[in-house]
Amino acid sequence: MTDATVQVVYSRPKALTDTPTTYCPGCTHGVAHRLIAEVLDEMGIVGKTIGVAPVGCSVFAYNFFECDFVEAAHGRAPAMATGIKRVLPDRIVFTYQGDGDLASIGMAEIMHASARGENITVIFINNAIYGMTGGQMAPTTLPGQKTTSSPLGRDVEQAGFPVRMAEVLATMEGTGYSVRRSLHDPKNVRLAKKAIRTAFEVQKRGLGFSIVELLSTCPTNWGMTPVEALKWVEEHMLPVFPLGDYKVSPAVAEIKI
Amino acid sequence: MARELLEGNMAMAEAAIRAGVQAYFGYPITPQTELLEWMAKRMPELGRAFVQAESEVAAINMVYGAACTGVRVMSSSSSPGVSLMMEGLSYIAGTELPVVLIDVVRGGPGLGNIAPSQGDYNQIVHGGGHGDYHPIVLAPASVQEAVDLVVLAFDLAEKYRSIVVVLADGNIGQMMEPVELPEMQPVERPIPDWAVRGCEGRGRRVLSSIYIKPEEEEVTNLRLLQRWQTVQDNEIRYREYFMDDAEIVVLGYGTAGRIAFSAVRQARAEGIPVGLFRPVSLSPYPYAQVKAIAQRAKAMLVVEMNTGQMLDDVLRAVEGKVPVEFYGRLGGVVPYPDEILDEIRRIARGPISIGVDPRQAWMKRLSQLIMN
Ligand SMILES: Cc1ncc(C[n+]2csc(CCOP(=O)(O)OP(=O)(O)O)c2C)c(N)n1
Repeated sequence: MTDATVQVVYSRPKALTDTPTTYCPGCTHGVAHRLIAEVLDEMGIVGKTIGVAPVGCSVFAYNFFECDFVEAAHGRAPAMATGIKRVLPDRIVFTYQGDGDLASIGMAEIMHASARGENITVIFINNAIYGMTGGQMAPTTLPGQKTTSSPLGRDVEQAGFPVRMAEVLATMEGTGYSVRRSLHDPKNVRLAKKAIRTAFEVQKRGLGFSIVELLSTCPTNWGMTPVEALKWVEEHMLPVFPLGDYKVSPAVAEIKI
Repeated sequence: MARELLEGNMAMAEAAIRAGVQAYFGYPITPQTELLEWMAKRMPELGRAFVQAESEVAAINMVYGAACTGVRVMSSSSSPGVSLMMEGLSYIAGTELPVVLIDVVRGGPGLGNIAPSQGDYNQIVHGGGHGDYHPIVLAPASVQEAVDLVVLAFDLAEKYRSIVVVLADGNIGQMMEPVELPEMQPVERPIPDWAVRGCEGRGRRVLSSIYIKPEEEEVTNLRLLQRWQTVQDNEIRYREYFMDDAEIVVLGYGTAGRIAFSAVRQARAEGIPVGLFRPVSLSPYPYAQVKAIAQRAKAMLVVEMNTGQMLDDVLRAVEGKVPVEFYGRLGGVVPYPDEILDEIRRIARGPISIGVDPRQAWMKRLSQLIMN
């Protein structure tokens, strides 16, 4: 074969560093990272972007991206992002948060960032569990789902019900864009990427708070193989967390990608 | 420059503005709220950032984010709100960022009250968030000094990449006095080479308080300590009054120090050889100066608006060399100069003995006073 016939069809996005992953095999955090990186590359905004990493499995997100990064306290990423964005309104600021981070300890910060119409982008990884600390119940844990802190399965009478953040944040006037996507198969991964791109475009145009919730896997703490985990998302998470566009403001609907 | 009559909270806010603060984040709480309100009006009209946060937790984390961009940032609050900020302050310390916080202390613990207190000395000077770090703490005794210390706070914060707390109390915050405000400084300042503002034209930067390898955290802790020693060597501040020939030395900071000054002046008029030592930097604490006083004074009296939190620092410096007495009012009660004057007279009548626990002795006297 001559060089002329060699065609690169797949490579690491420029916005990702050349760093071996620290995520478990089969975990979709890596997929989400890649999609964000592709969007940063396509929009040509790596040099203008500041990421805010959360406390959770993605605490080391800053190792993987070529853009500037800061590391927030557990749940406080939207507040930290607010501080950055208010000083540097022409930069692109995004947070990357797990469900414990965003929907439990950081509930106040995410709600008020949205209420203020804070012009930031939030990538929300919903894996129905606390990954980092070893598989405890999350605010998004499904009814009946077994975790290390709900060993008999989440009892809704005791431990309440899963929180649907894409829907909740869609009720806020400051939100320009709130959608839920999933990372469980190639088609949905493509749709997720389009949503991430839209969310960053929303920020670039100053159209308010944007969030993409991504249904994700945690094979390790779910006690499944990666393939079983993808199937579990489809069979068990989708019914509780329906995919959809929960808020697309009229101005956002005009965006053509 | 002309002097104007201003409330302490407003004067501190305007001082921060003139020192070039570019972003303010806060949450209402008495007796500090006028500071936030002043910022709400002034910051937007100057094109600077102001956010009333949803809580002090959020406020300090907004400060954290804004500080990462390398500009002058601050928050202000009072005791219960500052308790909520401790998490963020620890992260800020761990990330080595310059941040100014004004704490207008009120009576506690718990919801307490909104009266002036010094009950948070230990929380701010010795405690704070988790982990091994020291903030710089400055205590004003007048509105003018509050203004001056706010300006200094920004300079020190930048110089040492440190948290600087201006530890005031409800009295300083809410009293009106004539002040001379500083000149307006430009907000456009050189951006430090660690700031995170987007990596265009340079390598990417990360700001974080995480050092997952203990060996690296140890190095970081050591670096913080070394920097702290430089602060100790260079940033001790205090004021002395009538100290040249003083045989009795009163020690007090902030409002308590100021009230003690009135008592000391009256005692001098009565011929009592008494002086006042007023620490201005509570952290770093002027241990060496207090130690030197203990070599030459015959007796010392510590005056505070708490149960003797600074007293412990004084006793540490004095090392039993000289008798130390204590007088404190608690929970938001402010002492009158006469109460302190009576203490000075009692000590002047002497003799007071070494080895008596000053706090125990004071508790008996105070119980008698307030139970009547
Ligand atoms: C104040 C505070 N409380 C608790 C923790 C411990 N902690 C670290 S990560 C985590 C849960 C993270 O779960 P999630 O946000 O769902 O992200 P994931 O790890 O699943 O990606 C917790 C509770 C902490 N670091 N800080």
